[in-house]
Amino acid sequence: MDSEAWRIIWFTLAVALASTALILAPSVALAWLLARREWRGKSLVETLVSLPLVMPPVAVGLVLLKLLGRRGVVGGFLHNAFALDIVFTWKAVLIALAVMSFPLAVRGARLTFEGINPRFEQVARTLGATQWRVFWTITLPLGWRGIMGGALLAFARALGEFGATILVAGNIPGRTTTLALAIFRNVELGNDVAAFRFMLCSVIFAFATVWTSELIFARRRRLA
Amino acid sequence: MNLRLKDIHLPLGAFALELDLVITRRATGIFGASGAGKTSLLDLVAGLRHLDRAHIELDGEVFTDTKRRIAVPPHRRRIGYVPQDGALFPHLTVRENLHYGFDLIPPEERRISFEQVTRALEIAALLDRRIDFLSGGEKRRVACGRALLAQPRLLLLDEPLAGLDSGLKSRFMPYLLRLRDEFGIPMLYVTHEAGELVELCEEVVVIDRGRCIAQGPVADLFEERMERRHELRRPAKPPL
Repeated sequence: MDSEAWRIIWFTLAVALASTALILAPSVALAWLLARREWRGKSLVETLVSLPLVMPPVAVGLVLLKLLGRRGVVGGFLHNAFALDIVFTWKAVLIALAVMSFPLAVRGARLTFEGINPRFEQVARTLGATQWRVFWTITLPLGWRGIMGGALLAFARALGEFGATILVAGNIPGRTTTLALAIFRNVELGNDVAAFRFMLCSVIFAFATVWTSELIFARRRRLA
Repeated sequence: MNLRLKDIHLPLGAFALELDLVITRRATGIFGASGAGKTSLLDLVAGLRHLDRAHIELDGEVFTDTKRRIAVPPHRRRIGYVPQDGALFPHLTVRENLHYGFDLIPPEERRISFEQVTRALEIAALLDRRIDFLSGGEKRRVACGRALLAQPRLLLLDEPLAGLDSGLKSRFMPYLLRLRDEFGIPMLYVTHEAGELVELCEEVVVIDRGRCIAQGPVADLFEERMERRHELRRPAKPPL
């Protein structure tokens, strides 16, 4: 494989990893709020968070494009205040991947938190621990496998994202091309061998990620 | 001890927990059928339930007063809670479980020492074990020890003998008596077994469908109750 192919592979891995790291803390926090708290607007937030799972990715991409473009609310502000442009850069790839994989990370963490007997947390409170301390010493250690499992699925989702990315970041060789976009471009150009190579790479990455997450979940089931 | 529960109203599905109680004895039993609201009563003393209407105070310190918008959070109440299954933290060893609350107490406020508890409850040999390797009785002893080490002002015990067979039950009772006599911490003891109350408690509060239907010394109440039980058991029609 040529250096451009390697670059695409590294870029995809790096940006997928970065997006997973970016959403990890917010997804855990939101999952905790959804699993452990009753608040106004909860079902609305729940629905909004799940939308990227069920909407056409291209539609999500269009929403992001409208928001992040120079004429969009967020993009316009960033451009004027910090001379920062998002759309059609690697930052747009990062945001597209983060938004598309966020629901999976939230879901994994939420299911885990819901599976933890609330009595553990309640008893810890009566033993003198603040809510914050309980979270770090009880909830998180008991739930880390589920959180990691969810994060791995989110990572796998990010590796394969196509629809939202192509809309908001384009398919710019050397700048925003990810594995999925490279497959698409090579198929379009009739470079079947190259397309096939990229496809094999995605299969390997996807397989490794999902398999690892399965192993983590399987061990959790055994422990439970 | 002086625990006041006034004007309590907590909806529990089919009925509501409605209480007006003053508990002053060192060992008080909360007696009633399953689902009568006994565990909910412990939960609200510990501050684990949100209440629409309540006034709860212990020895003059107001824990909950919905009218004055007071709600002392559970971690500042110093109430030791031993829930039904013990709820030991499964990711920690016995020692770590015992230290969980103990370590949060400033050393100068620790009246009950680690050694005192492990000796009284005979759990010193279990300290480095993982929770999954404990028997049912051991788990409960560790759960009691963990609550004691957090230096509570009041202990809440939710059916600590439930699920143990009768042999284990009789072996566990001495630990509970030690808890009462050696550490001198007042306790609320939830159960639906009259026998346990007679052995352990001075006073009983009988709860039925969320209401207190009787309160008084164990001997007085249970004499009556036992008689009534016999009446109930008497067959309606003589066998032919």
